[in-house]
Amino acid sequence: MVGKNCFAIASDRRLGVQLQTIATDFQRISKIHDRLFIGLSGLATDSQTLYQRLVFRHKLYQLREERDMKPETFASLVSALLYEKRFGPYFCQPVIAGLSDEDKPFICTMDSIGAKELAKDFVVAGTAGESLYGACEAMFKPDMEPDELFETVSQALLSSVDRDCLSGWGGHVYIV
Amino acid sequence: MGDSQYSFSLTTFSPSGKLVQIEHALTAVGSGQTSLGIKASNGVVIATEKKLPSILVDESSVHKIQSLTPNIGVVYSGMGPDFRVLVRKSRKQAEQYHRLYKEPIPVTQLVRETAAVMQEFTQSGGVRPFGVSLLVAGYDDKGPQLYQVDPSGSYFSWKASAMGKNVSNAKTFLEKRYVEEMELDDAVHTAILTLKEGFEGQISEKNIEIGIIGEKKEFRQY
Repeated sequence: MVGKNCFAIASDRRLGVQLQTIATDFQRISKIHDRLFIGLSGLATDSQTLYQRLVFRHKLYQLREERDMKPETFASLVSALLYEKRFGPYFCQPVIAGLSDEDKPFICTMDSIGAKELAKDFVVAGTAGESLYGACEAMFKPDMEPDELFETVSQALLSSVDRDCLSGWGGHVYIV
Repeated sequence: MGDSQYSFSLTTFSPSGKLVQIEHALTAVGSGQTSLGIKASNGVVIATEKKLPSILVDESSVHKIQSLTPNIGVVYSGMGPDFRVLVRKSRKQAEQYHRLYKEPIPVTQLVRETAAVMQEFTQSGGVRPFGVSLLVAGYDDKGPQLYQVDPSGSYFSWKASAMGKNVSNAKTFLEKRYVEEMELDDAVHTAILTLKEGFEGQISEKNIEIGIIGEKKEFRQY
């Protein structure tokens, strides 16, 4: 979710295989660099591998170009990587959130074969996706300060995952 | 003396530690038509002589300065056909970068990849080095930049540089005339003057070619 010169990215903490809960502290959101985060929902093994590949690409980019990747560039990279596997895809939906050089927040999500969905307010992914859309739509206000953004994101997340049996066990929220 | 025994194969070092084929390639460059580039505070200008072998040649069909992307242009000294091949490869690399990152390629990256291609041809079997030196001029987020790429694959960033037939005179002239905070228009003027220094015959708009890159644009004029 986008705020005023800041963004929030949040996920729940459950890792499960259908009805069995395997872990209640699963880290779904990972850092690419200080101003760029990616959350990968879906199949855990695919999201781990995809994350490793993305970190690999980003590290090489940093070494070659001597700078961090811009969020828009990173989103294009993720989209290209996902489409490479068009006929045998990674089963994950990424949510990308970053701050550009001028502190302008950027968010986007994609489906598992790389169709980018840019938004100015919020993006959602995962099993509780539909109810997250509803909760965010209801609670979102433009230009929220970080503290208010945190409250909004947390409430939207918790109320949506409470309605979904495959999500839950708390949440991780990152505000940048 | 010993060197000439090693000049048959590109991929063999001579006892003095040189790759003789590359030296010869640099000689080929040195006998090509003069070209030069100047980096100003708000842009870059590249220029070259365009001496055609006969007055019957249609000069509007000959383009010695080419653009690699909308904001990067290149000029050469040396063998024209080698230049065309390099331009083609560089354009493809720039487009591949854009396809992956949806961003225009930074000048440094394109120069690095072009230089890597030129280096490949100094270390493979059955090929010869490119007989051209390139002056790549571009404008990206880091500002205006000018790079020279040699047949060996080494590249340098320059504030002002010249290559080809009249290189030592041109460079001396540029050294004297170069000012740190030069504006683009002054740089164009200086470039034309430098070309005029070594020009045989009458300089006119039909026998030189100039490329100018201001912010984010590349356009050419005679």
